[in-house]
This record gives sequence, structure tokens and C-alpha cells, in this order.
Amino acid sequence: MSLPTKTRSPRLVDPSTIVGWGVDADPRNDPTYPIRDQSKDHGLTSAWDRPQVQHAQVEILQSIEHIRQPAVVGTSVPPSGLSGMMRRLAFRWSESNWMHWLMLMGADRVNVVEGLVGDLANGRIPNIPGEMGGGAELAFNKRGLIKKTALVSSVAGLAFVAWRRRQKN
Amino acid sequence: MIAMDYRGPYRVRLSEKPMPRILHPEDAIVRVTRSCICGSDLHLYHGMVPDTRVGTTFGHEFCGIVEQVGPEVQNLKVGDHVLVPFNIACGKCHFCQQGLFGNCHESNAQATAVGGIFGYSHTAGGYDGGQAEYVRVPYADVGPTVIPDWMDPDDAVLLTDVVPTGYQAAEMAGIQKGDTVVIFGAGPVGIMAARCAWLFGAGRVIVFDMYDYRLEFVRNYAPAEVYNFEEIDDVVVFMKKTTDGLGADVAIDAVGGDARGNFLHWLFGTKLKLEAGSAIPLHWAINSVKKGGIVSIVGVYGPTGNVVPIGNVVNKGITIRANQASVKRLLPRLIEHVRVGHINPKALITHKVPLQDVADAYHIFAGKLDGCIKPVLVPHGG
Repeated sequence: MSLPTKTRSPRLVDPSTIVGWGVDADPRNDPTYPIRDQSKDHGLTSAWDRPQVQHAQVEILQSIEHIRQPAVVGTSVPPSGLSGMMRRLAFRWSESNWMHWLMLMGADRVNVVEGLVGDLANGRIPNIPGEMGGGAELAFNKRGLIKKTALVSSVAGLAFVAWRRRQKN
Repeated sequence: MIAMDYRGPYRVRLSEKPMPRILHPEDAIVRVTRSCICGSDLHLYHGMVPDTRVGTTFGHEFCGIVEQVGPEVQNLKVGDHVLVPFNIACGKCHFCQQGLFGNCHESNAQATAVGGIFGYSHTAGGYDGGQAEYVRVPYADVGPTVIPDWMDPDDAVLLTDVVPTGYQAAEMAGIQKGDTVVIFGAGPVGIMAARCAWLFGAGRVIVFDMYDYRLEFVRNYAPAEVYNFEEIDDVVVFMKKTTDGLGADVAIDAVGGDARGNFLHWLFGTKLKLEAGSAIPLHWAINSVKKGGIVSIVGVYGPTGNVVPIGNVVNKGITIRANQASVKRLLPRLIEHVRVGHINPKALITHKVPLQDVADAYHIFAGKLDGCIKPVLVPHGG
């Protein structure tokens, strides 16, 4: 098989040795994707043959860019608490507005604190080293673990010394 | 049941959660037998995707046994072993009707820019994912596909995302016979894109990454020319020199927002979140493709914005094509490729981990530890 040589550098892999080389080559794919099949274009949204609409039993926040609720919705983790209030506020803006996303990112961070408080309120002390994959770090990255431990210990030590000095003064 | 439970950036654990229920007549409940951790799950894990709520279960690459079906499900029956595309697609809307199953308009209330995706934040619909013993699967007649008898479930689970996404990266690139294709990223999707570039007739496939073990893997698997960008002064100059000064015909971004390779992009995108992830692979792709070339993007970025040289896109006359993979559209062709031996998906799996060890699995994958390329979680009874 002879291929056009498009580059001056020698190819390190000979395409003729590749199993399946060129089986999906399509000269019409230039440019093609997505190939719009206009015969299946419904036009107006109201003309779609919609699936049955799910009636959610929990609060679903909806993008203001939608003209109606999509037929199915995810129901995991409804908004709640302070982070939920922030998320509700975020959905006053469209997906095109930075405030929408910044508010959601802020809510995500607040939600992490809420998660910790929720654990403690339920009598559960979260195993944070375990949740962060400490076991794998110990097994496969001992050097990294030692570095991180030394760094955290140093920062904590310095903070403690600074605190003691301030107490004495 | 037990399920992966997101607690905040870099923190996940296993928790008891209620069994999923049928909430819509076209739902099914699936008992998970395999569930991968995807490179794009790491964007969630690192806290980069807005509206990722504490308590969410991730996992959009899974297969399993149908346990229960809603009253309107016609094509599946209890006991079927199915692979479940990561897209939640109604099959009826304007977009699904045109084969754009990754862009369904009837599956995501929280955003219009992306269709519903299992376990991928509320920005992608707020569905729990498959890193669990059981999962609710909406539109069960559309996406889930019965795994052929001859197919290994380890191959099947990779047909839910990795293989279609890599294949579509090559397809969208409009590769013509003899084209030089450069791929940024030697993760599972980049590896698969390199393999599939040959199926479309590439004449030369070049892959960049910073991890030598991944470059070694793709060198043998695809096969491909491989380069560690940390050992190269300027990736774009290198690409120009190796293509007679013109640039590649096609460039594929198979990394997305977690990319390394440029301090400022890393700082502002990955750490400070002022960009929607680090866009350095996209930057390299635009600048190293030839004039009139095609940039294909399958790397995942957040919904806000990124700093990229859009002026060069105009000046060079570049075509950019990008999308979430339309898994259902591609499945028949890809199943055939696996059957005849053109693609060997399960070769990518380096780690099979019990679901109970999900926190360690995430850490291994995120940290590129122990030669990890693709981890698969296996629930009890899987």
C-alpha cells in the first residue's frame, strides 16, 4: 500500500501494518459532522412527540433557558440549607451569565462545610485521610506521602509557634 | 445499597443509600456489574464542575443486569445484561432524532447546553451514577444495549464512553487517507482516539503526554509516535518542524480541563477556577494544526470560559468540531470493530477494584499511581 507522504519526517509507524487501517475512511467526511438529517427536523419544540413527563417529588431547579421542564429529571440531592438558597439564587441567571456559575461554585464550597457539619451532627467523624485515598498513597506513593506529611507538619508547627509567641506577648 | 458518595473536592467514600426506584414509566433499575472511573470524573473529583453536590454518586460508564423495568419499557426484560451509554437520551427530541444522543433536550432540567449524563453533577441533570450497586436508568428503551453473548463485560463497559468518545474524536476530525494526526493526551480517550485514527486512514499518528508509562502504552497499543511534552521546549515548534513547517492536518484535544503543561493555565484554570479548566491542550491544538486544518475536541471543560487563541482560529481558517460522544449512534459500528478485532477495549483496564475501595481507586487514578490507565470498580456480586 502506498500512501501520500504529507510530511518530510519519516513515519515511525507503517500504516500498512495496522489491522483495520482505513476501514472507516470516508472521503465525504470533509467536513461532515453532524450530518443534519433535515427530514427528521421537527421544527417547533411543541411539535415533538414527547415522552411522558415525570412529576418529581423533590425540588428541581431549572435553567431559565428551558421553555418547559424536560420529560425526565434527576432527583438526587435536592437543594437544601444555605447552599440550597445560593443555588436557587443562581438559577435566576441564565447559563450565559457568569453569576450563575460563580454562585453555584460558591454553593458547592458551602455544601462541603454543610456535609462535615451534617456528619458530626449525626455522630459520625469523617475519616478524611481515608476519603482522600490515604491507603493508596501509603501503598503506592510513600515518598509523596512523606513530603506532604512533612509540609503539613511544618506549617502546623510554625503556626503553633507563632500562636505561642502571640500568647506570651 | 452501597454507593460512592462525594463529600467535597478530593474526598469520596462509600455510603449506604436508598435503593433507586422507578420514577418514570420508561425507567429501569440496573444492578451494576462493572463501573469505570472516567478521566472526566476527575474534573468532578477536583471540584471543577459547578453544582456538584455533596452526597452525589458519580459514575457514567457502567454495565449491569436489568432488575426492574417501568410499565412502558418494551425492549428490555429483567435479567438482560446491558451496557448503558453515558448519555441519557429520550430518542424523540429534535436532537436525538438527528443522531445527537449526547445533546438530548428532554433529560436535563438544570442546563440546556448539555444533555443528561449519569452521575455527572446537577449541571448534567442531577442523576445518580453507576458507581453503586444499583442505579436508575431513564429512557431504558433508548440507550441501554444488550451485551452480545460473545462479548466480555470488560469490553462492554468501555463501550459506554471511552471507545465511542475516542472514535468520535477521530470521526469529527474528518481524517482523510494519509493525514497527519496529533493527539494531546494519552489517557484512555487519547489512546482510543489514536487507535481509531488509523481506522479512518491516518498516515501518521503522534501523541503527546507527560507520563512516560502512558506514552509507552499508546506507542504499543495504537501504535503511535509518542513524545513527552516536558522534554520539548515548544510543542508547537516541534510539530511544525516534524511536518515540514505546515502543521498537522488534524489535532485532537483528548485532555480537557485537568491539563498540565503551562503554569498560568494550570494556576488560573485548575487551581483558582478563573478559567473553566486549563486549556493548554486546546491552545496547542489550534497552534499546531495546519492552516485550514481541523481541531476535534472531546476533552471536557467547564461551562464558563477559557483563554484560547481564537484569533488564530480565524486567521488560519481552522474548523473546530466538538461534542459529547453520541454513544447510541456509534454502538453498532463499534461492537462490530470489537468483534472482528480492530479494537481491543479491555486492554486499557489496568486496575479492577472492589467498590468498597472507591476512595483509593480515585486517588490512584487521579495521582497516576501504580501505572494506572483505566480503573474499573466491581460491586459485590458483580
